[in-house]
Amino acid sequence: MGIGSIIFLIGALLFILIAAIYAIIQKDLIHAVIASSLISLALSLVFYILQAPDVALTEAAIGIALSTIIFIITIRNTKRYENE
Amino acid sequence: MKKLIVITLLLILGFYLISTFSSTPFGAEKVSGVKDFYLKQSPETLKVSNVVTAIVVSFRGFDTLGEVTVLFLASTALGSILYRRRTKHSGLNPQREAVISSSLVRTGAKVLFPMIILLGAYVFVHGHLTPGGGFQGGAIIATGFLLILISYRKFFINHNVLTWVEAIAGTTFVLIGIGGLIYATQNNFLENFLPEGTLNKLMSGGVVSIIYIAVGFKVGAEITGILDTLLTIKEAGLDPDEN
Repeated sequence: MGIGSIIFLIGALLFILIAAIYAIIQKDLIHAVIASSLISLALSLVFYILQAPDVALTEAAIGIALSTIIFIITIRNTKRYENE
Repeated sequence: MKKLIVITLLLILGFYLISTFSSTPFGAEKVSGVKDFYLKQSPETLKVSNVVTAIVVSFRGFDTLGEVTVLFLASTALGSILYRRRTKHSGLNPQREAVISSSLVRTGAKVLFPMIILLGAYVFVHGHLTPGGGFQGGAIIATGFLLILISYRKFFINHNVLTWVEAIAGTTFVLIGIGGLIYATQNNFLENFLPEGTLNKLMSGGVVSIIYIAVGFKVGAEITGILDTLLTIKEAGLDPDEN
């Protein structure tokens, strides 16, 4: 693994960390779900860098699109904003 | 007292974890044996260049049949729970058609939908050559149908077609397994009984590629059915006389 991909990997992991913290503290649940789908986007890049392209495909299809839409359907059926 | 029990349980768990992992030096090769068999056998006898596919479909094919069955049961359970509300509001739902998505989304969906379907079909047809396979390809196809479902509100998915696709794909999987039981040289369930072909060609791998194509159709149809059921139930939940 070259130095460039290690730097990319660290950047992607920091992005995952920031997006996860944002998803936890955000009161608007739609924004939190979008942040958690961004986690999946960065995670699929991490899987690709770590030479697991089939896991990256699964993560991209299921983590970004399908689980996000199921969360959004649930939120639209309940409440959008989290109370204190 | 409760804290004491928790601390004791955590200590026991930690003891077992430490004693398991401390017996292996860091970075040393712990597992050996079966992985060399897989890495050697899948290109040579099965003619499958993707070793992950060879393990999932051929060496551990019965487990994959179980996974497909679990997915089928989950889809069927969801459909049967939401069946009554779905039939009441399916098809021509005025509330659903009243909300039109923007023309940018609709045009983009029209352009992207065939490409997504093509990518998914490519992923599961080439499952024995390139990374990916039936589950990934099916999930990608379901993503394409999701795009068209949320951009065109009048798009109607016939659940009878989905059920038939699922049924034919699942039956193909089981029949190929039974065919291995009858026609293969070693008479095992899911044993290869077709000619292997040459390595790295599309027509290779014997039954592996056919099984993965069936799994791709099945997973795509099931996830599309789940998404359509959930998206239809959303409008039913908004109905005032329903709650």
